[in-house]
This record gives sequence, structure tokens and C-alpha cells, in this order.
Amino acid sequence: MNKMKLKLDKLINEGVENLSVEERRGFLKMGLVVTGVFAGGSLLSVTSNVDKAFASANQFAEKYPYKPHYSMIMHIDRCIDCELCKAACAETNKVPNYGFRTQILERPIPDGIDQKREFLPVLCNHCNVAQCTRVCPTKATYKNQQNGIVMMDTSKCIGCLSCQLACPYNARYFNEEKWAVDKCNFCFDTRLSKGEKLTACSDACPAGVRVFGDLSNQRDRVYKEVHTVSRTVWVLRPEAGTKPNVFYTRG
Amino acid sequence: MASSSRISGMTLNALESALVGRLKTGSNAYYLSLSICAMLLFAGSVAGLQATIGGHHVFYGVTRQVSWGVLISTYIFFVVTSTGLCLVSSIGHIFGSKTFLPIAKRACFLSICTLLAGFFVIAAEIKVPIRMMVYNIISPNLTSNIWWMGTLYGVALGLMIVEFICLQINAHKVAIVAGFITVIAEIAANSNLAGVFGLLNGREFWHGPYLPIFFITSAVMVGSAALIFFCILAQKINGGEMAPEMKTCLSACRKVAILMICVILFFTIWRTVSTLAGMPNGQYVGVMAMLTGDYALSFWGGEILMTLIAPLVLFILSGGKRMRMMLVASALMVFGAFFMRYNMVIVGQVIPVYHDLGVTGSTELLKYFPTLNEIVVVLGGFGLVGFLFLQGEKIFNGHKVEEH
Repeated sequence: MNKMKLKLDKLINEGVENLSVEERRGFLKMGLVVTGVFAGGSLLSVTSNVDKAFASANQFAEKYPYKPHYSMIMHIDRCIDCELCKAACAETNKVPNYGFRTQILERPIPDGIDQKREFLPVLCNHCNVAQCTRVCPTKATYKNQQNGIVMMDTSKCIGCLSCQLACPYNARYFNEEKWAVDKCNFCFDTRLSKGEKLTACSDACPAGVRVFGDLSNQRDRVYKEVHTVSRTVWVLRPEAGTKPNVFYTRG
Repeated sequence: MASSSRISGMTLNALESALVGRLKTGSNAYYLSLSICAMLLFAGSVAGLQATIGGHHVFYGVTRQVSWGVLISTYIFFVVTSTGLCLVSSIGHIFGSKTFLPIAKRACFLSICTLLAGFFVIAAEIKVPIRMMVYNIISPNLTSNIWWMGTLYGVALGLMIVEFICLQINAHKVAIVAGFITVIAEIAANSNLAGVFGLLNGREFWHGPYLPIFFITSAVMVGSAALIFFCILAQKINGGEMAPEMKTCLSACRKVAILMICVILFFTIWRTVSTLAGMPNGQYVGVMAMLTGDYALSFWGGEILMTLIAPLVLFILSGGKRMRMMLVASALMVFGAFFMRYNMVIVGQVIPVYHDLGVTGSTELLKYFPTLNEIVVVLGGFGLVGFLFLQGEKIFNGHKVEEH
């Protein structure tokens, strides 16, 4: 070690003017990587999760250029399970009492200090890699290429129920009156196509749990909340790999 | 084959009288069996029609989350058996192994019968079968495993009928070509059937390459057992001594069955061990349900004992010569395989999709049990196979085969 120190001490400073451009670039790159890892380390977990959950990540934006890219973010700490959303959905979309397009799950938290349970509103996640549309043998369910909504063409549904099985969110049921599978379509036929800006559930929620918006619009609240790195945003069942468009957050 | 040749040269009237003559040669037990099968088929048709008109939600035990019940598992049971029959028969008359030639015609015929039984059961399961016939053709989804599976099995059925007719009229070259394409179609259809389950990311119990490998291996296993079962039964129906060639053939089928049982046992052990060791979400819950939970009887009794262990022991003890022992072994396996398919289909669904989220109502496994209507439709499928098999033995004169 001492020898090394002595040798280093005797070295003459060559200056930087003789370094080649490649060497400079290499050094700078290495510096940026090291700095990035240390400085960005604390943010890494959040950003990487956002990237995974973020439905309009570059590769998907290129593949599915939805405009608007309808999406919803749930502020679950505000949900009190009043079920006004369910009632509004059922009334707007004529959902029979044996089925549902949206529901509210209850998660007990026995060890919670401030609360002992929380509520999780769920509905079709309008996934970018939708398994239901892949498995349907007759294209009765499909992604709308303009807005990304997973739609149903009830006249083509054969009732094989493979879409129900493929859905990782239990978002589908067979409607006996329509003789077809029914599901949430963000109220496209009943509200959005008629000029309304919100879905029935989002409009009916008194606590502002369900924020509906356009993920492709940088001024939209959904876009802002999903892209705020300091906000913890997650999706349900990310392991299913379906790139859902319904996000969850608190606060 | 000589008698078949004579038939092809007959007038229609002569053909009719010949067939009636053959049908009249059955014993009382034969007619009783035929009547029972016909009644089961009729009852199954009525039960299926009633549910289709009156609503599956009323007459079937399926629910929103357990949307595929015993009818789907029975469909799988029949069509996978059909694939197995087709593959085992192809060893002889497609790939030229003379040992397997005596079963060629019967295997082809039974493969058609079991496929028809599969279609019969699925017709009662699909909620809007009329739309299926139209939109499967005019609006196909090429990324859908179900579409490929249905289409390929449909193609296989058509080709097998051509193959069977060609075998009857001694057009062997056409039969071999049709048979070879059928084998490819059946394997592809079988793989797609497994892909229906294996490609679902959101269902950990099914997801992965395990099922397609398992399906094709178990198809050959059950197919060889089904051939042994039906050939020995046919011998009892047609009377007389079993030809030495047939005995050798059944002994070879028995060897195929033993090999495949060992492979399936190997798969089952390693799947269980890997699940217990790693405890992957979803899959672990399902495997535990089969090992110690609600499906333990169906798994240990139906899948392990009836389908694998008992037939393995009996097939080995039979030495390929004790026909009664082989009949029992093959019957156990064929009917045990029914539980094997049932476990695969149902256990994959009773795990709620939000199980890992810990939400109320999703921490326990869901419940499913077949209703009377579902059970009668299943029996109708078995009735159809039995009816066609019994009729076929008489009409086609015991499916006798000449070397070609």
C-alpha cells in the first residue's frame, strides 16, 4: 500500500487537454451512472413501480395511441362503502341485481392503528394487455382503438365465458337478458358518447374516491397524480401482467 | 375386411338388410346396454336443452367466479381421450407398426365417438350455441386458443370421418393421408385446449407450460387404456376367441399405458413438490386443496389411486395376458381420468382472483358442486359414446382389420 502511495505521489499530472473524446465520454458516463444510482436510489423503488404500473409507458403509447386514454385513479382512503357508485352504475347501465359492473371490496386490517379496515372499489381495469380480448373466440370483446376502453359487441358473444375466466379482476358476468357477457365500459354508451365527462360511478361518489380522466392529457388530474413520483400509486394484481388502467392511491 | 368389400358392392336395399341382420345378432345384455345408453343420451339432451332455454344460472351450479363447471371438464375428458385414441391408433396404420394394426379401425371410430360426445357436452355448456356457429366463422379471433381448439377439433372430426370411410372401402392411401393430417390437427387442438388454461397469467394454478405437456401425455395414457377397455368389451359383445394379433396389440397398448402412467406420476410428484417447496401464490392454495382440502378425495381417490396407481399395478400384474385384469385396470383409468380433468378445471377456479389481497370473501376457497342437470348431461355424453360404440361393433362387424 505504501509503495503504491509513493508511486502515485511521484506521478506527474498529465492534465486533461491530452485526453481523447472517447475517454472523456466514458468517464462522464461512468460518473453519471454512479451519481444516478446514489442520488436516485431513494426514488428508484417508486419510479420503477410507476414504470411498471404506468399504463401509457412509451412502448404502450406507441402500440395503442389512445386519445383520450381513459383511466381512473381510486383514492381508497376516502371510500366509506356508501355504495352510491354501485347504485348509479346499476341504474345508468341497467345492471340486473344478480350481477355487477363495479363492486367495493372490504379488507380487514386487524393490526391497523388508525383504522381496522379499508375499502377497495373495483371495476374493469381496461387493461392495455387485456386477456379477455385475447381469449374471446369471436372478437365479441375488444379494445376500442380510439379510447382504449374494453368494449362488448353483445351480438357476437357465444357465452363461452372464457373472458370471465381470463379476467384477473372478476369484472365480468353473464347478463341473462342480453344473452351476453356484460362489463364496465366506463359508461361509454350511456354517458361519454353523449357528451358527459364522467362515468356514473365517478359522478355519484360523494367523497371523490373515483377520479376519472384522460391519461394522455398532461393537464388532466389522473395524469398528474399517476405521474407524481412522490405519490404512491399502485395497481391491483400487477403479476397478471395486463397493464391495467385503473390506479390506486391514498391521500 | 372381406365382408366390408362385399358391402361396398351391394345395393342400398341389400346393405340395409345386411346391417339389420347384423344388429339382430346381439345378446339380451347387448340390447339392455344399448337401451340404457340411449336413455342416458335422451335424458342428457333434455337436461342440456332445458338449461339452455331456461338459463344456465338456474339449472347449473356455475357462478360468476366458477364459471366453468363439470361440463367443461367432461368436454376435456372426452376430447383428450379422442386425441389419445387417434395418436395410439396412428402408431399402427399411419406410422407402420404392425403390432398396432388390429386396433386401427376401432380406434378411429372411437376417436370420432368421443369427439362427438365432447361436442355434445360443450353444446350444453355454451350459452348461445347458435351465435357460435355463425361468429366462429365470420368473426374469428386468431389469438384465441378456444377458437383454434374448436376449429382444429372440427377439422379433425371431418378428417377422421373421411379416414374411417376410406378404411372401410379399402382406400388406404387416402386414409393414411387423412389420418396423418388428423394426427397433426388433434395434437394442435389438444395443445390449444391446454393453452386455454396455461396462458392465463391471472390464474396461477394453471399458468405455465405444464398443462400442454401434461395434456398430451395424459391423452396417450388414457387413449391406450380406452383402447384396451373397448377392445376387451368388444370381444365380449362379438363373442369367440380373441385373435392372437389382437392380444399382442393390447399387450403393446398396455406397455404404452404403463410408460405414460410413470411419466404422469413423475409430473404430478414434481408439480406437487415444487409447489410445496416454493409456495407460489395461488398454485400453493390449489395444490393444498387437493392434498388435504375439499378436493382430497377426488385427488387421492380419483386422480392418484384410480387413474395412476391401481392401473399401474394391475397392468404390470396382468403381464399383458390376463384380460379381465386389464379390463379392470383400463376401466379404472378411464373413469379415474374423469376426476383428473375435474380437479384441473375446478380447483383452478375456486381460488378467488383477489385471494392474495386478503379481502373479505376472498380468503376462503369458493364452492362448486354439479347440479342434477349437469350430472345428467355428463351421463348423456357417456351414453352417446356407449350407444355409438355398441352400434358400431355390430354395424362394422367388429371392426375387423386386414393387413395393408
